[in-house]
Amino acid sequence: MRYLPLTDTDRSDMLAKCGASSIDDLFVDVPEVARLDGPIRDLPMHASEMAVERHMKARANRNIAAGDAPFFLGAGAYRHHIPASVDTVIQRGEFLTAYTPYQPEIAQGTLQMLFEFQTQVARLYGCAVANASLYDGSTACWEAVAMAGRVTKRKRAVLSGALHPHYSQVVKTMAQFTGDTIADAQPAIQTEPDLEGLISRIDDETACVVVQYPDILGRVSDLAKVAEAAHAKGALLVAVNTEPVALGALQSPGELGADIVVGEGQAIGVGLQFGGPYLGLFAVRDPKHVRQMPGRLCGETTDAEGRRGFVLTLSTREQHIRREKATSNICTNSGLCALAFSVHMTLLGEKGLRELAAENHRLACIAADRLEKVPGVKLLNNAFFNEFTLMLDGKPTRDIVHDLADRGVLGGVSLGRLYPGVQALDHALLVTVTELTTTEDIETLATELEGVLS
Amino acid sequence: MPRYFTDEHEWIDVEGDSATVGITDYAQEQLGDIVFVELPDVGAMLEKGGDAAVVESVKAASDVYSPITGEVTEGNSALEDEPALVNSSPEEEGWFFRMTVGDTDELEGLMDDKGYKAFVDNL
Repeated sequence: MRYLPLTDTDRSDMLAKCGASSIDDLFVDVPEVARLDGPIRDLPMHASEMAVERHMKARANRNIAAGDAPFFLGAGAYRHHIPASVDTVIQRGEFLTAYTPYQPEIAQGTLQMLFEFQTQVARLYGCAVANASLYDGSTACWEAVAMAGRVTKRKRAVLSGALHPHYSQVVKTMAQFTGDTIADAQPAIQTEPDLEGLISRIDDETACVVVQYPDILGRVSDLAKVAEAAHAKGALLVAVNTEPVALGALQSPGELGADIVVGEGQAIGVGLQFGGPYLGLFAVRDPKHVRQMPGRLCGETTDAEGRRGFVLTLSTREQHIRREKATSNICTNSGLCALAFSVHMTLLGEKGLRELAAENHRLACIAADRLEKVPGVKLLNNAFFNEFTLMLDGKPTRDIVHDLADRGVLGGVSLGRLYPGVQALDHALLVTVTELTTTEDIETLATELEGVLS
Repeated sequence: MPRYFTDEHEWIDVEGDSATVGITDYAQEQLGDIVFVELPDVGAMLEKGGDAAVVESVKAASDVYSPITGEVTEGNSALEDEPALVNSSPEEEGWFFRMTVGDTDELEGLMDDKGYKAFVDNL
């Protein structure tokens, strides 16, 4: 191996080239409070490997793993049962070890899988065309905003207050570099989503309205009403879904008039995975918009001998051909996660997905009924799928979640954690129930919540 | 009716204060089979040398620039269903859009028939 020295001169030459005067200049975008100003406190300079292992194991044991306790967390990442066969299929060498095998001559299996995945997503979303996936729900959400700008030739996006705050943040971060104006808001604690308020924010300069379905509080908006209002102003409706299982029970966003439907696909086949990698889903209702779509698209065709085959299509939208005028910087997809989604969805089938959705909702109703009976607890939602918001008396819910964890229950996501510093949301708790939740888990949460609140 | 050419391989026919724009036979030959043409909206203001349309072939997608400054008055809707018209009849039926002529002085820098032929012969 060659030894490549890095002298002070090399260093200053490189810094000068990129216009920085010191290494610290490269980190100016990191908030100052998050920067390390010296050695890490209390970290010894040396320890044996065995000592480090012991130390790390002890720290790891302080975590409660998702499967080890009654689990009611959601807010964009959902724990569902994934059949063992999903893992078996995705670990086949042909799928697992190949890196972006898009050449039709050698990759018909991968391309057929992507085509089937796109078909499943398009049907789930009620859309004409879905792409071969993006990185995750939040980046897919930004891509939808950017696409709406290309279609309408406008640069203002109106975000619903009940859009997942992490999605809003991703959109706002990206908009800093494109010059788009993002009008966002915070969720109002009320039984029904504030659609009138949202609609009143749409103007003649608006490229799109972004609505989460079901929303961050678990409520279900009348998308058709928002679609009508958006279209009347020449704007598009972008629907965001973070829990695809919900679409086994709810009418699809495309059928309700959403023009672009995006979301997170993690709930089906992928799993929690410590937060990633996840799976961005992206579809458009009207085929005339297909050339403005981002990402890879797989199409069906025939080969020279007339046999059915699959190829990537409409690549002229993409960065490797269109350079800076491409529809997106994303020139790849989440292939393995898309495969996991597709295998799980195939195992479920349409009937299975509907049954799974019904079971999620049934258990969520049992949980909501039971938890509402706990003194100091009020159910906010009129309607929900498998996730609902509770208003809790007493301490901020952020503290209550920690108290519940001390009692061995992962009781939900506090809105105080999602919206730090917003006092109006301090007492709201988002509770998620899936087919993995048992009635015993629900009883445990109710009992421990009563203990914490009293 | 005078026809002018640009070094980006657009042609423009000028008739009074109106002009028709397309891409040349040489351009369509280079691009190969045309599969899609994205035309400017009627009413769009174009600048000389600015992006006007996109022509997509099986090989590549290329920008078409406006030879002069003016406002788009019509797009060739026949290209929506039959983009291959650009291959079969690039300088007649396969025209892209019509526009107003803002400033006739801008035509001065363009090539005529002979000039363009000499330009292409040297490529």
